Amino acid sequence: MTVESIFHRLEALLPKVQKPIQYVGGELNSTIKDWDSADVRWALMYPDAYEVGLPNQGVAILYEILNELPGTLAERTYAVWPDLEALMRAEGVPQFTVDAHRPVRAFDVLGISFSTELGYTNMLTALDLAGIPLLAADRGEDDPIVLAGGHAAFNPEPIADFLDAAVLGDGEQISIAITEVIREWKAEGSPGGRDELLMRLAESGGVYVPKFYDVEYHDDGRIKRVAPNRPDVPWRVHKHTVMDLDEWPYPKKPLVPLAETVHERFSVEIFRGCTRGCRFCQAGMITRPVRERSITTIGAMVENGIKQSGFNEVGLLSLSSADHSEIADVAKGLADQYEGTNTSLSLPSTRVDAFNIDLANEFSRNGRRSGLTFAPEGGSERMRKVINKMVTEEDLIRTVTTAYSQGWRQVKLYFMCGLPTEQDEDVLGIADLAKKVIKAGREATGSRDIRCTVSIGGFVPKPHTPFQWAAQTDHETVDRRLKALRDALRSDKAYGRAIGYRYHDGKPSIVEGLLSRGDRRIGAVIRNVWEDGGRFDGWSEHFSYERWMAAAEKAGVDVDWYTTREREENEVLPWDHLDAGLDREWLWQDWQDAVSGGEVEDCRWTPCYDCGVCPTMGTEIQIGPTGRKLLPLTVV
Amino acid sequence: MQRLRVRYAKRGRLRFTSHRDISRAVERAVRRAGIPVAYSAGFSPHPKISYAGAAPTGVASEAEYLEIGVTMPSDPAQVRQSLDESLPSGLDVLDVVEAGPGGLADRLEASEWEVRLPGADRGLAEVAAEKFLAAGTVEVERLTKKGPRRFDARQAVLGLEVSEGTDRTAAQVGGRPCVILRMVVRHMTPAVRPDDVLTGLRLVADFAPPVPPEVTRLAQGPLDVGTGALADPLDLDRDVTRGGEAGPAGEHVAG
Repeated sequence: MTVESIFHRLEALLPKVQKPIQYVGGELNSTIKDWDSADVRWALMYPDAYEVGLPNQGVAILYEILNELPGTLAERTYAVWPDLEALMRAEGVPQFTVDAHRPVRAFDVLGISFSTELGYTNMLTALDLAGIPLLAADRGEDDPIVLAGGHAAFNPEPIADFLDAAVLGDGEQISIAITEVIREWKAEGSPGGRDELLMRLAESGGVYVPKFYDVEYHDDGRIKRVAPNRPDVPWRVHKHTVMDLDEWPYPKKPLVPLAETVHERFSVEIFRGCTRGCRFCQAGMITRPVRERSITTIGAMVENGIKQSGFNEVGLLSLSSADHSEIADVAKGLADQYEGTNTSLSLPSTRVDAFNIDLANEFSRNGRRSGLTFAPEGGSERMRKVINKMVTEEDLIRTVTTAYSQGWRQVKLYFMCGLPTEQDEDVLGIADLAKKVIKAGREATGSRDIRCTVSIGGFVPKPHTPFQWAAQTDHETVDRRLKALRDALRSDKAYGRAIGYRYHDGKPSIVEGLLSRGDRRIGAVIRNVWEDGGRFDGWSEHFSYERWMAAAEKAGVDVDWYTTREREENEVLPWDHLDAGLDREWLWQDWQDAVSGGEVEDCRWTPCYDCGVCPTMGTEIQIGPTGRKLLPLTVV
Repeated sequence: MQRLRVRYAKRGRLRFTSHRDISRAVERAVRRAGIPVAYSAGFSPHPKISYAGAAPTGVASEAEYLEIGVTMPSDPAQVRQSLDESLPSGLDVLDVVEAGPGGLADRLEASEWEVRLPGADRGLAEVAAEKFLAAGTVEVERLTKKGPRRFDARQAVLGLEVSEGTDRTAAQVGGRPCVILRMVVRHMTPAVRPDDVLTGLRLVADFAPPVPPEVTRLAQGPLDVGTGALADPLDLDRDVTRGGEAGPAGEHVAG
């Protein structure tokens, strides 16, 4: 049965909302397939505003891969702003896809990509607007399978009640596998209903179905056991890893929006994974091992992407882009290629060394040398040892001196506050560091026209990292240290004006901490917040700490117990049955090493330290050099 | 430097694009189409593309204009095709000419607008139009960025006709009957927009359409004050550069 577009009903509402263009679709390279041409249909959601969601690589890649698959269609949906939400409720317009404006409930799967936990309330809005019951247990045969992915899905327990399933890791291959399971089940006449489909997905060990696992608790609230409640359901669910990025050169047809979005560029992932071992970094831990895309594939993707999109900026993405084994050749090759074409290249990278400046120089050949960003993350040498960010003060000063003397006018430094074992003086050390940076810059350039911006946010302990056992620092302490740092930066008139200070206060980090390390009991808090009007929690103008605290109290949840409490080694963590490949004993050992200031090298260049990923996942580090160069491509 | 003048349409759901959205889309389309666009000098070079009198967000148009500076002589017919192919469907290139002397913006003296009012009463609309035209001035207020502003909406209106048809934007539900207003409005400061005229109709005759109007600019160009007709603003360029050969969308539109 063909599903009709709701566009004519939406259209009547659009003159009354802000930025209506974000709801109309029609992006260049978007795909609309005939509904009846497909037997498996995905609605892919990024649970934030269109301007944030459209550039998301994960959704864009899956959208393309699924639409390339015969008999399969995929459309996109995003969170609607409260102005449109109110009108949709008043007029009975359901949550829709922006491609063909089909109602989300008509699809087989609603796949939601969570980069951050702060999108959880937006998921509830979308489910509710779609007419899909909020609780998975209340869903029937006509409702889609609600499936979570993205980094936050490595601990989906706080939203377990709302999800039918979750997937960990790279989505390319598993989304195809899920499609084929659904196709087969539908072709057989959907035997056994939803439960059988979920069983088929769960049995393989590739899809986590929360309802097939029971959680038992100790009297003191800690988890006693998480165990499958049916035979044939595996005890642990494993993450997915794409091993050859050259076989998956997506996006091939980059989506080009009409509306303005947060990243207006063509982005290419130059590698996945990171083995630097920064202990706070969940992305670095859960995306191991490192898998590089080859220089020739990168070159071909950039050429094609620019041609297909008309973007004038290329971003080379990864968790630490300067670490690609052939990054110098990539940078030089692309800079040569696009010289004189008004195409700019950017390398979001935070490595603190002179090599990084060479790269930045290459990328800014024709343009302005405005700002460089480095992320020492910790303010003191001791702190940086704890988090395994191996940068000495000497390195940092030498690096910024080089940057200033080569014409860069502004250096941005990223830090975190509230790290494990942190004392006031660790944070105040940031002020000394910033002053030394300015002093060195002034000496190197003989000019006072240089700036340094200190950017600092609260640290949130994340699952599957060595800090998963750590006590989160309470927001009063974080705010006190942030204020003391501000005073220290401003106290010295000789430097005060040259140093900018940006910070995020500590309260949102506590909510993020609650959602990051929460268990199934947090679902009630999320629902309470949503029912109380909570939307767009990643936006400071919409976020309300008080609303979250009131919701927690109503649900009988002790926020401190989930956030500022340090966990014991043998405590069962809510995500222990979800396997990111990391060996739990290694994580614990690394946590102990952190507290005593022990460092771990990057295993790309030093021997394996047994984090566990490669042997348990059957994977390996894949890095170059390939020795190849970027061939002279045809310039656009 | 050769300059190309482009007439394009903003149709259907793409009427919800803002001026900034269009300018980003055009810049990208120009790059994709391989048009040798000129760039400004300086630290952050910008492509030399300028826009004349863009229709407001939410308003469709058959007659928007922009000008592109190119570094190499380019064939207007070829640019018309390649730019149209590179723009999303709904932003459609209708005509391209090589610019002759004189500014384009100066030629855009007036616009012809079509306003479709689904569910409105034709009789009431006719009475309102008559009263509006009979009035010497009709003071309306509009909220601008600088706060509320009062101005006369009557003087700019050179013609206002009422007819009937069907609703075009929601064609898939079968087309509701609607009242159609056609008006020729002179470009003035402050600009009088079709919604200002609608405000005027409400003020003079209490005429208020039940749902938001669907507004389309049909034409803009030099005004023949005697007949109230609008000429194609690109004809002057064509006269100079092509000996008067009319382009595909170069027909004169009667007001």
